Amino acid sequence: MIVLRGLRKRLGARDVLAGIDLEVPRGQFVTIFGPNGAGKTTLLRILSGLMRPSGGDVYLGGARLEDDSVALRAMVGVVSHHTYLYDDLTALENLVFYGKMYGVKDAPERARRLLEEVGLSVFAHDPVRTFSRGMQQKLAIARAVIHEPEVLLADEPYTGLDRRAGEVLTGLLRRFKERGVTILMVNHDFDQGVALADRVIILAGGRVALDELVTSESLRLIRERYEELVGGKYAGVDQKQ
Amino acid sequence: MSFLSKVLALVEKDFRAEFRTKEMLSVMLIFALLVVVIFGFAFNPTSQVTRKIFPGILWVAFFFAGVLGLNHSFTRERYNQALHGLMIAPVDRSALYFSKVLSNMAFMLIVELVATPVFLVFFDYSPAGRLPGLVSVVLLATFGFVAVGTFLAALAANTRTSQILLPILLFPVVVPVVIAAVQLTAATLAGSSTASFAAWLRVLVVYDIIFLVVPFLLFDYLLEV
Ligand SMILES: Nc1ncnc2c1ncn2[C@@H]1O[C@H](COP(=O)(O)OP(=O)(O)O)[C@@H](O)[C@H]1O
Ligand SMILES: [Mg+2]
Repeated sequence: MIVLRGLRKRLGARDVLAGIDLEVPRGQFVTIFGPNGAGKTTLLRILSGLMRPSGGDVYLGGARLEDDSVALRAMVGVVSHHTYLYDDLTALENLVFYGKMYGVKDAPERARRLLEEVGLSVFAHDPVRTFSRGMQQKLAIARAVIHEPEVLLADEPYTGLDRRAGEVLTGLLRRFKERGVTILMVNHDFDQGVALADRVIILAGGRVALDELVTSESLRLIRERYEELVGGKYAGVDQKQ
Repeated sequence: MSFLSKVLALVEKDFRAEFRTKEMLSVMLIFALLVVVIFGFAFNPTSQVTRKIFPGILWVAFFFAGVLGLNHSFTRERYNQALHGLMIAPVDRSALYFSKVLSNMAFMLIVELVATPVFLVFFDYSPAGRLPGLVSVVLLATFGFVAVGTFLAALAANTRTSQILLPILLFPVVVPVVIAAVQLTAATLAGSSTASFAAWLRVLVVYDIIFLVVPFLLFDYLLEV
């Protein structure tokens, strides 16, 4: 579903991504760990079509991202550090608007169902400006999946969510996984990260430092490498950017 | 068709957001009216001179108010990085550009529609020309200004100094529109068609076409992270 070949990205004087090779089959749930500045966000930005790679190739569903970027962007949903929401529009208006951008048929109906799913129905007609950080994050998650994407890219999606909202998100992610959505999630919390993951990747210094399928045997190794490369100090700490 | 429906949805979004807060329209309008009042007090409103420079005052007010609007149009997209949200959606960059041209044009026309009668009353100016002529001049000049202004606003949007940068980039480029607008407005208001009228009209039309086409070709490269 996702294939990266020698992906490189240079920002300023740094090789933020220094040659990444990766193949993610359809329906796999991949969690990406890595210390701050490892290039996790940069990787997701390139996959979402926001940034162009400096070198290497990105394929989505067999097609080269650069060749057919508009069509391929329709396959991808993104939860980023930013919510992409319009403060002056209501929750419903935001979802309907993005629904139209993705060519969703019957966007209002789909938007209402999603608001229900993330528990924001009561606030459907309130402007996003009045929302707490957690509510905005829930709405951003609904926005990311308004078009039922085949690929979901989530950059620290638990940021700003309280425990209940976190459980809602975990439930959503589980359902997407069951539906066969390919998921790449960046997370800082080890347990949260491995809970649903089929596979764990640790990025460090712009390279893949570990790439393991999650099994009861491999979990120990993954944890050791996580402690060593990412360090316990980041675990569970919401990173601000 | 989907291109057009996305453009319309984008324009609708701009209208919803703007008419909910009216922050941009009110600032543009107040600014335009302030320009008139200042000119009114600086000169003697009924003197012969003022009648001569009236078209110039009119367009100075419109274009300066317009810059405020242009500055704001992409600022709104930067809250929560909504512009990035649009850039990763399956929408042509040119649809983003075209929708911004349409909504900026609409906002400017609203300001012009409200401010012009006030200007006429304030300067005690009774136009001799016919309305359709004036309307087409205003539409052509406003379009030229907005088309190039939206393009440059997008260019500046990803810089840290976009608010200061835009007027500096825009006004030199838009000089032909300013001159053409003033000349043509003077002629239509006076009800006289001079020889240079056709020439300035041609300048304006060609300018409009160029800045309708060029951004379509370049806009893909303009919005880059
Ligand atoms: N626009 C940019 N210009 C220059 N350097 C950048 C830019 N964006 C990110 N970086 C640098 O790239 C590195 C990786 O950033 P990022 O992908 O955000 O890391 P992560 O998400 O893993 O914490 C960081 O060192 C950061 O400072
Ligand atoms: Mg990051």
